[in-house]
Amino acid sequence: MSEPPAQPPGSSTGPAVSLPLVVAGVCLALPFAAMLWVDSYSRLTPAFIGIPFFYWYQMLWVVVSTLLTVTAYVIVRRHERRRTRAHEGGESR
Amino acid sequence: MKDGVNGVALTVFIVFFLAVTVMGFMASKWRRAENANNLDEWGLGGRSFGTWVTWFLLGGDLYTAYTFVAVPAAIYAGGAAGFFAVPYTILCYPLVFTFLPRLWSVSHKHGYVTSSDFVRGRFGSKGLSLALALTGILATMPYIALQLVGIQAVLDVMGVGGGENTNWFVKDLPLLIAFGVLAAYTYSSGLRAPALIAFVKDTLIYIVIIVAIVYIPIKLGGFDDIFAKAGHAFAAENPATGKPRGSLVTAPQAQWAYATLALGSAMALFLYPHSVTAVLSSRSRNVIRRNTTILPLYSLMLGLLAMLGFMAIAAGVKVKNGQLAIPQLFEDMFPDWFTGVAFAAIGIGALVPAAIMSIAAANLFTRNIYKDFLKPDASPEHEAKVSKLASLLVKVGALVFVLTMDKTVAINFQLLGGIWILQTVPALVGGLFTRWCHRWALLAGWAVGMTYGTWRAYDTPSATQDHFGNTNLIPLIGEKGYIGLTAFVLNVIVVIVATFVLKALKAPDGADQTKPSDYTADAGDPGVRTDLPPATVGAPGGH
Repeated sequence: MSEPPAQPPGSSTGPAVSLPLVVAGVCLALPFAAMLWVDSYSRLTPAFIGIPFFYWYQMLWVVVSTLLTVTAYVIVRRHERRRTRAHEGGESR
Repeated sequence: MKDGVNGVALTVFIVFFLAVTVMGFMASKWRRAENANNLDEWGLGGRSFGTWVTWFLLGGDLYTAYTFVAVPAAIYAGGAAGFFAVPYTILCYPLVFTFLPRLWSVSHKHGYVTSSDFVRGRFGSKGLSLALALTGILATMPYIALQLVGIQAVLDVMGVGGGENTNWFVKDLPLLIAFGVLAAYTYSSGLRAPALIAFVKDTLIYIVIIVAIVYIPIKLGGFDDIFAKAGHAFAAENPATGKPRGSLVTAPQAQWAYATLALGSAMALFLYPHSVTAVLSSRSRNVIRRNTTILPLYSLMLGLLAMLGFMAIAAGVKVKNGQLAIPQLFEDMFPDWFTGVAFAAIGIGALVPAAIMSIAAANLFTRNIYKDFLKPDASPEHEAKVSKLASLLVKVGALVFVLTMDKTVAINFQLLGGIWILQTVPALVGGLFTRWCHRWALLAGWAVGMTYGTWRAYDTPSATQDHFGNTNLIPLIGEKGYIGLTAFVLNVIVVIVATFVLKALKAPDGADQTKPSDYTADAGDPGVRTDLPPATVGAPGGH
């Protein structure tokens, strides 16, 4: 369920899924790989200011996944703007 | 628990409560449209909220008082297993990013107020939309009840709410007052009330957590000491089970449970009626996307909050009812006036989601039961009136729930609610991307998932009782996992198989109101109803 937003068929001019959109999809999929692989972070050390690895690592991923979502957002926005321009030859609002 | 009433804390609490009440009633004038007698206005705040208002609204909506009490309570009780709330809230935002903008677009194009409205339009099936509406209402009611449990916990620790031997009326009076006030301003102001109050709630919560996470560890001698003490406490054997109380990291045999709980809960979170209501109240498609990049701030806070569970152990807080651990920790650690602020944060934190949830359930009732089945020709004014009354009924129902039944009943139902909501994913999220699934197959899959999930949950013992656990063996895999997710997989299998069968039999496929371009439409595109009721110019809130 984390693939890039599908384009409506018949309304795109270029290939159905372009490279930037694949990158956006990967950005959105990475947190799943990291968080569902529990074994990779289920340990106590190294601790950070006394907080075991298990906890600070997952909290760090809140920040990392946010940055990834921001990246996906920028890519998708840019893609949409370009498509709108290609279709109407100008801003729609 | 200290004896008697904590006067200073109670005074601060009441002052905040009064301020919020005034705001709640004044909210009806905030960004008001000329014609306010319709469901878009009362139930969706005029569909006019920008990025920041939506952020506060969603944050106030999803991170409820119960969350603030329950997550640290789970950590306090068993350690690492309770921390799944953090990966859960990490995973839900990439999901939201992919599907909710589509729901926003199609809903604005066709004037849908609830997710069941969309399902009816997409699959041409009132039966399917009714099934999902009932699921939503059923899952929301105990959730509202749990907000009351949150307020009760705070009142208990402050010493109001009475002891065991005061009569029930005196004991429950503060709760009744709080709820009466909530019901009154929700009735008069609709979604605008919780949207405005959410500003106060979230500001208070952020202040309290930041203070707690700095101040309490200093008093307790740093995180090293806290975790050493907690590790020691978890290693001690529970005399009843002969097993250790908990652990600081997930044990190898608990990893499947941890991951599936995180994934399943993440998938369900944004399909709750109250999430959908908040999302549809936003002004544009990109407001939602932008929110997926700023909402994780709440997840970070949730992680810090979970740390309070360890602090409660290290501070030697001893409570029979785990739900009281955090309120008790605050009262033991903070000066009285700040305890009042912290309790106000939890109390107001219960009012905001309770208001949104009752509005969302009322919208479902009005649109997908009342209008679809009882009175198809209801005018928009009539719809708004029915919804307002329904919101009162829903709240009274939740109140009766809390006052007459044991708290564990509400908690059990809330757990079932998560499993149930997950069974709406194939029709709702699936429907946003493809029309391939047959409407009857979706209904069959939903029924199978609901039945299996409820039965398995009932059959599974939890840590404290014989029924209503949330993890059990996954068939074929042989590991313990979240029952809701297993039921969801079963649901999907049924949907796929039944669709093939129904298509082969040429069963009548319902009419589809929507077309592919509806799912990517944005504010400003022709036919997109953002201009429904013009919001007042110069209203607060950015974009």
